[in-house]
Amino acid sequence: VIDRQLLLFGDELRAEGVAIGTSELLDAFAALGEVGWDERATFQQALAATLAKSPEDRRVFDLVFERFFFRAAEAAAIEAGVLEAGQGSGGGEGPAGQIDLEELRAQIAQALVDGDEALLRDLARLALAAVGRANDGSGVIGIDVQRIRRMLNLRSDPQPDLPPEDPRHAGLPPEAMRRFEAMLRRELERAQIERTQSLPPSRPLGELDRALPSGPTADLAAVHRVVAQLRRRLATQGVERRGSNRRDHVDIRRTMRASLQTGGVPVVVKYRPRRPRRPEIYVLCDVSTSVTSASVFFLSVLHALHDSFRRMRSFVFIERISEVTDIFARERSFKAVSEAIASDAGVADVSGYTDYGRVWSEFRALVEDDLQPRATVIVLGDARTNGRDPRADIFATIAARAGRTFWLNPEPRLYWNYGDSVIDAYTPYCTAFECWTTRQLEDFVKALTAPVAR
Amino acid sequence: MNALPESVDAVADGLLEAGYLAGGSTALVAYLATRLHKPVLVEGPAGVGKTELAKALATYLGRELVRLQCYEGLDEAKALYEWNYRKQLLRIQAEADGAGWSEVQDDIFGEEFLLARPLLEAISSEIPVVLLIDEIDKTDQEFEAMLLELLSDFQITIPELGRVAATSQPVVLLTSNNSRELTEALKRRCLYLWLDYPTPEHELAIVRLHAPELADTVARKLVEVVAMVRELDLKKPPSIAESIDWARALLLLGSTDIDAATFTDTMSVIVKHRTDIELVAERVGLALA
Repeated sequence: VIDRQLLLFGDELRAEGVAIGTSELLDAFAALGEVGWDERATFQQALAATLAKSPEDRRVFDLVFERFFFRAAEAAAIEAGVLEAGQGSGGGEGPAGQIDLEELRAQIAQALVDGDEALLRDLARLALAAVGRANDGSGVIGIDVQRIRRMLNLRSDPQPDLPPEDPRHAGLPPEAMRRFEAMLRRELERAQIERTQSLPPSRPLGELDRALPSGPTADLAAVHRVVAQLRRRLATQGVERRGSNRRDHVDIRRTMRASLQTGGVPVVVKYRPRRPRRPEIYVLCDVSTSVTSASVFFLSVLHALHDSFRRMRSFVFIERISEVTDIFARERSFKAVSEAIASDAGVADVSGYTDYGRVWSEFRALVEDDLQPRATVIVLGDARTNGRDPRADIFATIAARAGRTFWLNPEPRLYWNYGDSVIDAYTPYCTAFECWTTRQLEDFVKALTAPVAR
Repeated sequence: MNALPESVDAVADGLLEAGYLAGGSTALVAYLATRLHKPVLVEGPAGVGKTELAKALATYLGRELVRLQCYEGLDEAKALYEWNYRKQLLRIQAEADGAGWSEVQDDIFGEEFLLARPLLEAISSEIPVVLLIDEIDKTDQEFEAMLLELLSDFQITIPELGRVAATSQPVVLLTSNNSRELTEALKRRCLYLWLDYPTPEHELAIVRLHAPELADTVARKLVEVVAMVRELDLKKPPSIAESIDWARALLLLGSTDIDAATFTDTMSVIVKHRTDIELVAERVGLALA
């Protein structure tokens, strides 16, 4: 019986988006062969260790577990003609089925002091049946829990009017009470799941599909992940070109080693692996109002990049350009960085509108001597010039000096060149990407780290 | 010393004896690992005792701990095996005159000329060991792929030599700080254990275990403060090891209470970033004052 149940359980987990392979199910069976099934917690943990392999999966697992095995138990009980003790009493017919509230209070108090988990869980269910279902709950679980607790008269402070042998006389242990409340909460949640026939909102959509500029801190982790990937790709970049260009150094050690195959005569010459080139990155980030929502995202990208690259210079611009490399080096937290940039970067002049022409000429003046073919320039901006001259000619000279130039546009491609967007003036000199989700950022990473054709 | 453990409780007791207070499902997963011969993937934030678990498990099982610390750029030659080419060379030279070519050829690719690195060492050991692959998330995916053969079949293929199957079944623990998503293939081969920061009660028990002389009230307060500090948005939240260090420091100083002054003086034990220190001093210092 349990075999079938477990397979069904696996199916339910799959339906909730947890990837479970046959091998995992086999592991689960093997694990169950090793532990006792009578302890509910052990049973659950053994399954979790074999089936749920990330914190998110574990969350879903726990929910599905509750739902699945609760239902299974109840169905089995009905089949056997047994009704849970609490269910008969909910209607309140006859003194036999009626739960004595005072008795229940005393029992719970005793169990709390003893710390008997299994008994407490049963009692929580019973309490719910006795108290919770009598008058329909408020629908808000937190309120219901407190209501039930009050009705059960559970307090951590001493109640001297009770007889001294009663555990409540000295007050109940607060930790145990918290645990009991958590159990009540879980039972209530389960009742709610039962009523609505659905899980509480399952985990959000794949985080990569979310549009970006919503919450900076929440997305920061995702952005950091993508950038970490970018760093790894960049670090190994150039390796695939090894051997195509024979200006390498002979690796004596490996040559000797290879010569063993030929009896000590170095027939095959081994070369020292090419050290991948160190990327040198210049990032220009638009922080004007037209990209307000996106600039939070951009700044977080910048922040993540800074954690990953040593040789990187960042600039922010609106009307003028300002180097912020130091701010990123000094401030570790993202919040501090954005505040520092907002307050004293000195990029806004009078109008607060982006002036790309001026930005290009200033940027060129700043870095002209440093720009070289190994450098990569990345511009983050929407290319909205507010009617000013885009000065694509200056941009062209910058792009010509740098090895590669990329443009990340936070607007969907649909809006490009619409209104005052002049991205087409720049696209001949750089590769432009739309970039408003982490997925697109990943696409960009792929392009950035693709082998360079020379 | 010990054979395989008998029950989950036996594992929990054994770990406790080794100075590790197993919480939640830790003992259960460790028990399953020894029973099912499956590697365990332990994930969780830094400083919750992932590595410590492996050490305690080794102590408990009376086995040697073979540790492979992962880092970016770790390759087979450092993790699996390498040919001892100096020795091979000597061998060739020593036999240059007498022996026939084919004999030498066969000879120099024998196990004698292998330098065993941690992974090979772990599976070729006569007595079973505990193998700890630490911070697997620091390596690249290629290395992960290389591990798959070892983890599922406990064998390593050496091109010149063929398959080296395990002579004993090691207990394998992999730890990860979750800094990148591990591949599904790796996860599928492992049992999974998520370790999180302990509950205050659990941490209190841990602190008591390691600093039994510390006064009860101080220990309780310490755990509360540490929990409070972890709530803040820090670059590096304090680990369990650091709360133990702090407890010992307080013991050395003979503190009888954690007040604002003691806290500011000893804060550097648990908070280790300049910006973090400022934040913590401001928030927690205020709460203690």
